[in-house]
Amino acid sequence: MSDVIALGWRQFRLERKQFWRNPTAAFFGFMLPVVFLLIIGSLTPASDRDIIIPGIAGMNVMASTFNAIAMNMTFRREQGLLKRTRGTPMPTGSYLGGVFGNVAFNGTVQVALTVVGGVVLFGLPWPYHWDELVIFTVVGIFSFTALGIAFSHVIPNFDAAPAYTNFVFLPSILLGGVFFDPATTSSAVLDDIARVLPISHFIAGMRGAIQPDGGLSHHVGDVTVLALWGLVGLWFAIRGFSWEQRRA
Amino acid sequence: MPAAAAIEVQGLRKTYDDREAVRGIDFSVRRGEVFGLLGPNGAGKTTTVEILEGYRTRSAGSVSVLGHDPEERPPALRERVGIVLQSCGTYPHLSARETVAHWASLYASPRDVEEVIALAGLEEAADRRARTLSGGQQRRLDLALALIGDPELVFLDEPTTGFDPAARRAAWDTVRSLRDLGKTVLLTTHYLDEAQALADRVAIIKDGRILAIGTPGELGVGAAQRVRVSWRGEDGELHEREVDDPTRLLHELTAEALARGGSVRELTVVRPSLEDVYLELTAEEEETVGV
Ligand SMILES: Nc1ncnc2c1ncn2[C@@H]1O[C@H](COP(=O)(O)OP(=O)(O)OP(=O)(O)O)[C@@H](O)[C@H]1O
Ligand SMILES: [Mg+2]
Repeated sequence: MSDVIALGWRQFRLERKQFWRNPTAAFFGFMLPVVFLLIIGSLTPASDRDIIIPGIAGMNVMASTFNAIAMNMTFRREQGLLKRTRGTPMPTGSYLGGVFGNVAFNGTVQVALTVVGGVVLFGLPWPYHWDELVIFTVVGIFSFTALGIAFSHVIPNFDAAPAYTNFVFLPSILLGGVFFDPATTSSAVLDDIARVLPISHFIAGMRGAIQPDGGLSHHVGDVTVLALWGLVGLWFAIRGFSWEQRRA
Repeated sequence: MPAAAAIEVQGLRKTYDDREAVRGIDFSVRRGEVFGLLGPNGAGKTTTVEILEGYRTRSAGSVSVLGHDPEERPPALRERVGIVLQSCGTYPHLSARETVAHWASLYASPRDVEEVIALAGLEEAADRRARTLSGGQQRRLDLALALIGDPELVFLDEPTTGFDPAARRAAWDTVRSLRDLGKTVLLTTHYLDEAQALADRVAIIKDGRILAIGTPGELGVGAAQRVRVSWRGEDGELHEREVDDPTRLLHELTAEALARGGSVRELTVVRPSLEDVYLELTAEEEETVGV
């Protein structure tokens, strides 16, 4: 058991090294979200920031988990890196644990940056409900990562990966309530769509955490839906998992 | 250790959808032996090797690798086996040395990192990021990663494809040194000279069937026992004849030339090389289908 953890830790450190050395990953997984936070936060009137900034946290967490892992898995499968790893004695749990840890780390950093950035730069209060923040961060990262791995099985090859991930990501951030509060929108259709997407429930939790009248007890439904998405993702991630690229 | 075979394959078949890529092959590889699977594109070499490595399931037949069924993928087997896949990437942003060091940490008793880098001929490229390595250097990294766990059995699927002649010789030396260390090696190749130079025994495979199996020497004389004699006749034409025993023909040729007071020009007597056997065996079916 301790071996499994030690090897997972090694894999995690390797993933961090890879991440920072890969300009594309570091840009899309770290720099761009920070830039979005700065720009969108500055353009938003102070009165709307408690809505928009948690929305940005949702967008950035999804980008650094779902998008990143879907692309990375597709790349590694196509390159044969997964296949090569499978030929070694490394336990599968250590490998996937290290890979997951890397993505989870990035997602957590994004939440932390939005919280701190919101307070320091944009005059938001510190979260009133830390428990809500932590639970939604954990469940959200788990769900988006599981969904990302599952989604990578749909992507035929690495060239197609950006198009496929954006096909999911862009509608998610536009319709999932990053830039508006679905509860107050006048469009019933938008509201219905947002209710289906996992990102809207994640954002609801983020918003709840910084509102005095929020709190975990008001968002049990959101965290449940988010977790269900995660379980569905996990089921497909495991069932469909393939170490090798399928032949066209 | 009993002298049981390292690899035992009986009646192995593999069907993809409805086409049969491997159609019932049998062979065994002794411990400490370098065994070559030689065949043209699509012969079923990679399919066979990947079944033995545990990557693919078989459709029929029995297979044993170091006493295990590779399909069950026992971790104990993976500790003892090194694999060079036909094509396979590494972490693009790690240096070759970092990659080898990481792989070393995955095994219970790995070899020394620097030693393996030297063995694979990677010294000059060791500090370069994997993505900047040339095709041949990538292949050497593949070799290093297969050897770092100090395996008893090494699978090499076309280990020298893309190598320049010097790198190829170096890789050959590495394979020979593996044999000297008592390792068992199963290698696939398109190259006859490679099979001839490295393998203790060779199986020639085509369309999923083994056409011939034996030492390179045996295949050269065994499968086609004929000797090819060629010479330039008085008419200026090049003549060629294949015979089982050249004694009589040579006697006739030389006697005639001496009687004439001349010589037999451009006389050669060759035993078919593995290459001739290979071409002969692999061409047969095309002839019957083609004409
Ligand atoms: N995963 C697969 N699905 C379907 N068909 C396959 C698959 N892998 C191989 N084949 C087919 O099986 C046959 C044997 O392929 P294999 O890769 O084993 O040949 P090979 O001897 O390794 O050839 P090469 O020298 O080109 O590497 C080929 O006709 C190939 O197209
Ligand atoms: Mg092959």
